[in-house]
Amino acid sequence: MTHSKAQLGGRPVFVVDGARTPFLKARGRPGPFTASDLAVNAARPLLAGQPFQATDLDEVILGCIMPGPDEANIARVVALRLGCGNATPAWTVQRNCGSGMQALDSAVRDIALGQADLVLAGGTEAMSHAPVLFGTAMVAWLGQWTSAKGFASRMQALGKFRPAMLTPVIGLLRGLTDPIVGLSMGQTAEVLAHRFGITREAMDAYAVESHRRLAAAQNEGRLAEVEGMYDWQGKVYEKDEGVRPDSSVEQLAKLSPVFDRPYGKVTAGNSAQVTDGAACLIVASEEAVQAHGLKVMGRIVDSEWAGLDPSQMGLGPVHAVAPLLRRHGLDIDQIAYWEINEAFAAQVLACLVALADEGYCRTELGLSEALGEIPRERLNVDGGGVSLGHPVGTSGARIVLHLLHVLEAHDGQFGVAALCIGGGQGGAMLLERT
Amino acid sequence: MAEQQLKTGPYQHWRIERDDAGIARLYIDQAGSGTNVLSSDVLRELGAVLDELTARPPAGLILLSNKASGFIAGADVREIASITDTKAALALVQLGHATFDRIEALSFSTVAAIKGFCLGGGLELALALRYRVAVDDPGTRLGLPEVLLGIHPGFGGTMRSIRLIGAPAAMDLMLSGRTVDARAAERLGLVDRAVPERHFSAAALAYATRPSAPHRPGVLARLATMKPLRSLVGAYLRREVRKRAPAAHYPAPYALIDLFERYGGDERRMLGEEAQSIARLATGSTARNLVRVFFLQERLKSLGRRETGAKPRVHVIGAGVMGGDIAAWCALRGLQVTLQDRAPKYIAPALRRANDLYSKRIRDRRLRRAALDRLVPDPQGLGIPKADVVIEAIIENIEAKQDLYRAVEPRLKPEALLATNTSSIPLETLAECLKRPERLVGLHFFNPVAKMQLVEIISTPSTDRAVQSQAAGFARRIDRLPLPVRSAPGFLVNRILLPYLMEAITMLSEDVPATLIDQAATDFGMPMGPIELADTVGLDVCLSVGGILGRHFGSPVAARLEELVKQGHLGRKSGQGFYKYRKGKVKRPAVPKDHGPSDDITDRLILRMVNESVACLREGVVEDADLVDAGMIFGSGFAPFRGGPMHYLKERGRDQVAERLSDLAARFGSTYRPDAGFANISLE
Repeated sequence: MTHSKAQLGGRPVFVVDGARTPFLKARGRPGPFTASDLAVNAARPLLAGQPFQATDLDEVILGCIMPGPDEANIARVVALRLGCGNATPAWTVQRNCGSGMQALDSAVRDIALGQADLVLAGGTEAMSHAPVLFGTAMVAWLGQWTSAKGFASRMQALGKFRPAMLTPVIGLLRGLTDPIVGLSMGQTAEVLAHRFGITREAMDAYAVESHRRLAAAQNEGRLAEVEGMYDWQGKVYEKDEGVRPDSSVEQLAKLSPVFDRPYGKVTAGNSAQVTDGAACLIVASEEAVQAHGLKVMGRIVDSEWAGLDPSQMGLGPVHAVAPLLRRHGLDIDQIAYWEINEAFAAQVLACLVALADEGYCRTELGLSEALGEIPRERLNVDGGGVSLGHPVGTSGARIVLHLLHVLEAHDGQFGVAALCIGGGQGGAMLLERT
Repeated sequence: MAEQQLKTGPYQHWRIERDDAGIARLYIDQAGSGTNVLSSDVLRELGAVLDELTARPPAGLILLSNKASGFIAGADVREIASITDTKAALALVQLGHATFDRIEALSFSTVAAIKGFCLGGGLELALALRYRVAVDDPGTRLGLPEVLLGIHPGFGGTMRSIRLIGAPAAMDLMLSGRTVDARAAERLGLVDRAVPERHFSAAALAYATRPSAPHRPGVLARLATMKPLRSLVGAYLRREVRKRAPAAHYPAPYALIDLFERYGGDERRMLGEEAQSIARLATGSTARNLVRVFFLQERLKSLGRRETGAKPRVHVIGAGVMGGDIAAWCALRGLQVTLQDRAPKYIAPALRRANDLYSKRIRDRRLRRAALDRLVPDPQGLGIPKADVVIEAIIENIEAKQDLYRAVEPRLKPEALLATNTSSIPLETLAECLKRPERLVGLHFFNPVAKMQLVEIISTPSTDRAVQSQAAGFARRIDRLPLPVRSAPGFLVNRILLPYLMEAITMLSEDVPATLIDQAATDFGMPMGPIELADTVGLDVCLSVGGILGRHFGSPVAARLEELVKQGHLGRKSGQGFYKYRKGKVKRPAVPKDHGPSDDITDRLILRMVNESVACLREGVVEDADLVDAGMIFGSGFAPFRGGPMHYLKERGRDQVAERLSDLAARFGSTYRPDAGFANISLE
């Protein structure tokens, strides 16, 4: 990068409202909702409460990494199921864990440029529905089998079948493994823990705190954006299922590492949970806000996307936050509240260390001094991925939405939502309450 | 099309077009009607059309409708209703037979191109052609529903349907009266092809120009028509039908089975006997009453003008059995619905019931999902400001309802309809709290919502006329039958049913066995006995409604009812009421053998309903006697073949009934005293 990027130009962009589903723990089999079901459940109550009609939306943009086989361009599927009408275009974006934030960013840009006034944007992911695939050998054999005509060639094809071909490819595992460096996401967290000397105890303590904060937020009703979600068997889901309010450091200490056995430190207990969920926001121009008499939660000021070594992808937030703050002449202290997605406790802790470390900021970010410390009481105040779960396509939208609620509750002005992105990227979004 | 030579014959209801390839297209377009029906006029003219086609045979013939409403809706029910003697009926039937026989004998290829309704006589005509092609869209329905009018197919349809698709499938179709869509018809073999509209004319042309062997049923299905098996099939069908319709009340299905069993092996004979049988049935009292019910239904339909504008948005408050099912029904009929209750857990069970209903009603999983997507749970009431119709269906409590109205009214769109599903609270009382009482209307649905077609449209003297007709139009929009009813305690249906239920409970306390009471009612033709009905409605509901109406009419509520409710026996839902229930199934105690005669039971039950009907009419609760009958048949399932309580009164004789009531009053008390209306109400 030879020169720093310009600030986002054009028209101001506002977030009007948002809603999300409760995050449902994946329980080793497909959950009750597909990715489009989740997004429909998040967006229906959201749209029901708006003074405008679904057909007034200019477009629908959703982030999603693993839509089901019946959900090609899932944003369009969702838009039509929501009754947005044939004339409302919709598109789906994919930037791994940053997909939900990318959807917002795309909406922001369309609005800033004057190409849209009212956009439904967000993310959805049904990780429990991740596909299980046939391997290449099996697919090749199937191809031969179906094209075989006549008894002889059929028998010939049959002779080539090997039971090993039936070994399934677990889509979720492949998706969470870096295709370039070959490390699983958990292993990249191990790399950061090693580099920054983050102990197992620190990770577990962080995880316990995440659960405590989410439980408190649930009890004190600070998750207003969560809408009940109904299956069709008479069951209603009203709360995030991942929370374990009674978890303790002692309990977590008993868990074995899952990614680097046997010496690793990253366990299921201090990692984000595999979860199903969706979050949707309504993003609008000033004209739309006025035309429909909308109440505004805040403004999306700008965003930043950064790239770094895939094996250290967990530091992505650091690389995205630094230029974003500099561009707007803001110090860490001026940011009232932070949401950094908790892919792994180790990864969030590494980000905090790196931001406060002069050496890292000088050599890796080209700054003259450390950016500073983010106080823990201003970071992820109502829990995060470790307790809530991290439906990959959704989290980026969830943290932006929740941060706006936090800013409102505490009367803060600026907020930054950031996340690390598998493949070695970071994304950050600067919000301002208006 | 430009190269086609158009030749229009001198016909009123038919038109022939011949193209260069020698294919003739025969359009049916009945003059002076929006729907094609096979009246004797149309049939006679078809004879002339056939003369022309025989004189100058085309290479192939395609029969199609020129009406947007569909192919042919059936025979002319009005004409059937006007025939009173068997001879005239036979003449009409034989005209149809002769005409259809000629069609069948045509030397060239014949194809029925079916889009929209193809029912009864319409399908029978299509069956006389060699091939059938149908458009696969939701509007296309095929069936032989004659049995619902107390008759069976009479233009050769019995024989031809069996010949085409085999006795098991054909008899099922005719005995149930159900209709099928194009794809199901293709699977049955009823049509040769179901195609999307874009291939409709190509498919019809293909059958007209390149004839293939006509469809035949499978070997097993053909075997069922052979002699030894035929009697077994007949016996089986008779047993099945007996479960649903007693022969004494509904002779048509039994006549159909007899026809099949006796003459199923001989096509010519079967056709002849079919004509005799239908002529007998059509002039019988069941058919005449069922035809009358058909016209009552048409009348109710005409009482609400179906709006065709933008689809109204519906908001239902109260997700209990009624509210939840009303919301589900509206979404099923294509409307966007928000469903509100105090908390999500009260809404969830309604969604499960909706899912159950849609699983039965919508075969296509995408359309099913779309219906589910239209039904939006809304615990916060977000849908109120956008709703065109708000339906309140919360508990029957005046304060609760008024509190709700006070909260809801300021949030309503100015033109929105505010409707209540109350069954026992006068609308005048509920309207007191409103700033604009003229917008309150009753939309009183019946349980189960998906089954009971009637919706009472309740209005008070202050209800805006426009609101009333808007409400009736809404009922039509969701495919229900609106019945305008004046706001009076119990409205119409419940008010008439209540004395029947209370009388049954009184008889219980006189030690008449419940089984005997219920049997008397079902023998009369009621869909369910009064004791079981009370258990099904819920004894708490009966007590509450009975109390409210009892106070008004000065009739006490049976003590037995209060006792049971106090003990927590609420009927089917609690597992015990007057009867015990196991897994939702009623356990009926056997009647003691030494129980004395029970001749009075039927009259005690039915005549109390008749007496109350007279009172309703005298008070002007509904406009005329026919509407009383329509309300009772479509709202309570009152024996349709009896034509309704007022019709029953008329048939039995006003003076005789009044006399019998006086006689009962002398023995069982003043509740039987003939209503003052007996002297002067009009039964017409």
